[in-house]
Amino acid sequence: MSELKLMKGNEALAEAAIRAGADAYFGYPITPQSEVIEYLMAEKPFDRTGMVVLQAESEIAAINMVYGAAGAGKKVMTSSSSPGISLKQEGISYISGAELPCLYANVVRGGPGLGTIQPSQADYFQSTKGGGHGDYHQIVLAPASVQEMADFVKDGFDLAFKYRIPVLILSDGVIGQMMEKVDLFDPIPRLTNDEIIERYPWATTGKKSGTERRIITSLDLDSHKMEKHNQKLQAKYKEITEKEVRYELIDCDDAEYIFVAYGSSARIAQKAVKLARAKGIKAGLFRLITLFPFPSVKMFEMCGKGIKGFLAVEMSAGQMVEDVRLAVKGCSKVEHFGRFGGVVHTPEEVLEALEQKIIGG
Amino acid sequence: MAEITLEEIIKPENLVYTKTKLMTDKVLSYCPGCGHGTAHRITMEVIEELGLEEQTIGVAPVGCSVLAYEFMNIDMQQAAHGRAPAVATGIKRVWPEKIVFTYQGDGDLAAIGTNETIHACNRGENIVIIFINNGIYGMTGGQMAPTTLPGMKSSTSPYGRDVQTMGNPLKATELVAQLPGTYFVTRQSVHTPRNVRKAKKAIKKAFENQRDGKPGVSFVEIVSNCNSGWKMTPRDSNVWMEENMFPFYPLGDIKVDGQLL
Repeated sequence: MSELKLMKGNEALAEAAIRAGADAYFGYPITPQSEVIEYLMAEKPFDRTGMVVLQAESEIAAINMVYGAAGAGKKVMTSSSSPGISLKQEGISYISGAELPCLYANVVRGGPGLGTIQPSQADYFQSTKGGGHGDYHQIVLAPASVQEMADFVKDGFDLAFKYRIPVLILSDGVIGQMMEKVDLFDPIPRLTNDEIIERYPWATTGKKSGTERRIITSLDLDSHKMEKHNQKLQAKYKEITEKEVRYELIDCDDAEYIFVAYGSSARIAQKAVKLARAKGIKAGLFRLITLFPFPSVKMFEMCGKGIKGFLAVEMSAGQMVEDVRLAVKGCSKVEHFGRFGGVVHTPEEVLEALEQKIIGG
Repeated sequence: MAEITLEEIIKPENLVYTKTKLMTDKVLSYCPGCGHGTAHRITMEVIEELGLEEQTIGVAPVGCSVLAYEFMNIDMQQAAHGRAPAVATGIKRVWPEKIVFTYQGDGDLAAIGTNETIHACNRGENIVIIFINNGIYGMTGGQMAPTTLPGMKSSTSPYGRDVQTMGNPLKATELVAQLPGTYFVTRQSVHTPRNVRKAKKAIKKAFENQRDGKPGVSFVEIVSNCNSGWKMTPRDSNVWMEENMFPFYPLGDIKVDGQLL
């Protein structure tokens, strides 16, 4: 039964994992996302659904536990925040190379280094351009509400298994910590072992005598075979780019100026749209939901239709703005605004930036 | 001597030895004289003899045995360097009824993977860890390992391991034996037929422990030679191992049925 609750974003993510029929969560505490594992431990998901929850000795161990369980066909996830996500990159690269499905969340905090525990969106490059070593991508979903923290868990697992790819929920300290009402989706039963064996013939579940063994690996010492493997990965990313782009257009129909934003910056930019409209400025919001794949085609289409400029609003020194520039191919003015290092911008600052950098600039 | 024809030799009743079907036909990538091939074979023989083929999932490391999955004819996962115990934990936690083991070298288990090794052992994961210790990084060309002996030469300790500046060799097996989460800890070798039989017996006990749900890790170290890394003939390397490795890494059981000996 769906259920209306008041929850923190991190708690909604955790509750959604249980409801999505996850088989396991492996994690390690880090601010501002420790509520995920705390909630799971308190909820006793093993009693509710048989879901395993384990606090690992490090983020590195946690992601490698995900690798092992995902390779054995189970629905598994982890979560962390920026410094912890950096540690997980080795595992993410291996998971991408071995084509395993899994879900992980990054409740982003300010960096670089230990940085700060305050919200940030400075992990965009890491999330969308690879993160670890090698030519790979992952699907990146950017929730802008507690509701989406829950819903994207279900969607994320579906996408992960559809493409055998890691899916990242790229959240931030605002979305993770704030409380909102959330309509929790109906619980989905975990797959039985027989269902897993039948559905995922690639998974290491113990080979039947006389049949081919299953090997989960990202290694091939023959460079020509490795090139072929990479081509296969690239074809998958191309298909994802064609089929899985998600975004939301708010007040864009008659807009002359577009804020491009995701996550908590999109919430702030939405308020800036209202402030702008009150002053007679025709502003709209292009809210990114998938960061990879990036909605380049739609953004370029909008270019010729009376748009006088795009302002990329993000809590970073300017990362997503590069993809906006690539998308519009110089056909429109593109500028960046964002506070960073853990500082969250205000709607007034965002509007002021539009007026100065785009309208007046 | 009575004449015996080929037809008679290959009759099933005259069969004295056959390669386990749990080893593939692929030619081993190991150097001639190396102990890895024997360690692979006895591990797979144990799995076959215990009837665990359809339940077992193995985890290969990074190092000389990175391609163990090419030779071991069961479901296998290849782990990142040092992470095999975490990967095995992930598998075992979601498939507790399966048999899960890692096969790791000394660099993998006792240097880059020390954290994963200690914590998997300390949590008492119900897995088998097979640890091949040859005191050197073989795959990358003979660099100093965590288990390289004091004074022993390698390509990164070309004048011998100076413990004052390079640190001491790590006795990972004695270390994990101290942890409450290990159930069976032993050190063996595979350099003589007698030792091969003893090592196989130890590996069998390790897998039986997991099959029977005995609480904790069953940990089998195999001290082995690396004739190419040590720059010796296979025979000389075995003599050198007996004279130098065994005094530092003495063979025998360290912990049995959860009790330190």
